[in-house]
Amino acid sequence: MDIQRLEEIDREIGIIKQAAQRLKEYSNGIQAIDCNARRILASAKMLEINVSDLLRMSRK
Amino acid sequence: MNPSEVYWNPFLETLPRERLEVLQLKKFQRIFKWTYEHSRFHRRLYESAGITPDDIRTLDDIRHVPKVEKSMMRDIQLKEPFPYGEALCVPLEDVTEFRQTSGTTGQPVYQPDTWEDWEWWAESWSFILYAQGYRKTDRVFIPFGYNIFVAFWAGHYACEKMGCEVVPGGVLNTEARILKMKELRATALMATPTYVLGMADTARRKLGIDPAKDLNIRRITCAGEPGASIPSTKKRMEEAWGAKVYDHIGATEIGAWSFECLDQPGGLHVNEALFLVEIEDVDTGELITEPERPGKMVITAFDRIAQPCLRFDSKDIIQWAKDPCSCGRTFRLIKGGVIGRADDITKVKGVLLAPTAIEEVVRGIPEIGNDYEVVVAKRGDVDEITLKIELLEGAQGREKEVLGRLKDLLRLKTNLGYRIEVFPYGSLPRYEVKARRFRDLRKKER
Repeated sequence: MDIQRLEEIDREIGIIKQAAQRLKEYSNGIQAIDCNARRILASAKMLEINVSDLLRMSRK
Repeated sequence: MNPSEVYWNPFLETLPRERLEVLQLKKFQRIFKWTYEHSRFHRRLYESAGITPDDIRTLDDIRHVPKVEKSMMRDIQLKEPFPYGEALCVPLEDVTEFRQTSGTTGQPVYQPDTWEDWEWWAESWSFILYAQGYRKTDRVFIPFGYNIFVAFWAGHYACEKMGCEVVPGGVLNTEARILKMKELRATALMATPTYVLGMADTARRKLGIDPAKDLNIRRITCAGEPGASIPSTKKRMEEAWGAKVYDHIGATEIGAWSFECLDQPGGLHVNEALFLVEIEDVDTGELITEPERPGKMVITAFDRIAQPCLRFDSKDIIQWAKDPCSCGRTFRLIKGGVIGRADDITKVKGVLLAPTAIEEVVRGIPEIGNDYEVVVAKRGDVDEITLKIELLEGAQGREKEVLGRLKDLLRLKTNLGYRIEVFPYGSLPRYEVKARRFRDLRKKER
């Protein structure tokens, strides 16, 4: 897989993260939305560890 | 071969060393800044050392960051917020998981994790299990009393993440666990080496089941004790189960930081994308970079946020391996796993003694049972080591010859003499999780 594809994946991770954060904002305290969005964010962080950190943090 | 068939994350696991080190530095800077800003305990520690996040510009700078020891964690957990104290970096309501250390070396330490941290545990275990050949087609049996100890919880969650079918063998007794593995044709299991051997013994003696022939277990992942990295213990387990046995090392307050891969080069990979491992001389604190020189491990977990693990003085004795692994991972290897603990490796009659060396000898003699105990004590002014063993039934009548061989091999391996006590089979203590086989009574006398 080339760097361009990794960058595309990174962009998609960012979109997932933003969408989950928006869900939390829109939830208006509804736990069924808020708590499930929180789980999505935790999974998004694992994607960041696996892809985004590699892209952004492994070059000088 | 497609790299994704070999590696959980081909990018990270084969990253060239120079890029891996850049990644490690930047990830260290990030967790250090997080910890500095959110933990009252760490902030005080770093301020008293006069170090701030801006001071970390190179990997060498990390050496100036003060280490944290388990005893410090015990003290700060007496403070607010209850029950974690001043190293908690998130609001208490963000903590979703409680676990605690086993208390083997003293008062247990409580470990809070957020759901992110818990995902991270499963992620780190996924690196391990995928490297050991676990795939979606595996039915994984976990004969573990699911409780306040982290042990195989994260293995369970990693199996789910990877798509394996996981069978929680929690409250079942040993016989029921064996029968369930047989009934379901489980393909893999996870346990401590002590329990892997104990289960095989129970299967044969109480159920008339030969795990190597009558069960379908193909791979076993061990944790909690060094046995899976001790060749004679690994051989015993593999023969008893007809399965490949793999080691992994982790700890409640650290995470799952190391794993044996399918190539089994005589060592374990450090997951250097998630952890920074430093080895330092036990006496001088000097950084050890050369292979095959044992020292104490100091470790940092880059991504754990609720109660960070930053330059944690683990007391584990490890050494870098000389050669890279044939599997293609650029993660460095530690040779022979954890050789011992800084507080276990002790001088007896002026000679350094590692309990793992005794285990290697005992488990290498087929006439001796799996369970044994070592007691170091003073007799007058002289150190004395007592080794308590059980002989298997087939060795009756050959006791003198077996004990002679045992004493010779122990002398050869450890340069020490032993008083051997033989007990009837089944009379020494049995353990389901971590065995406590080594006791140094001299420490209590000091």
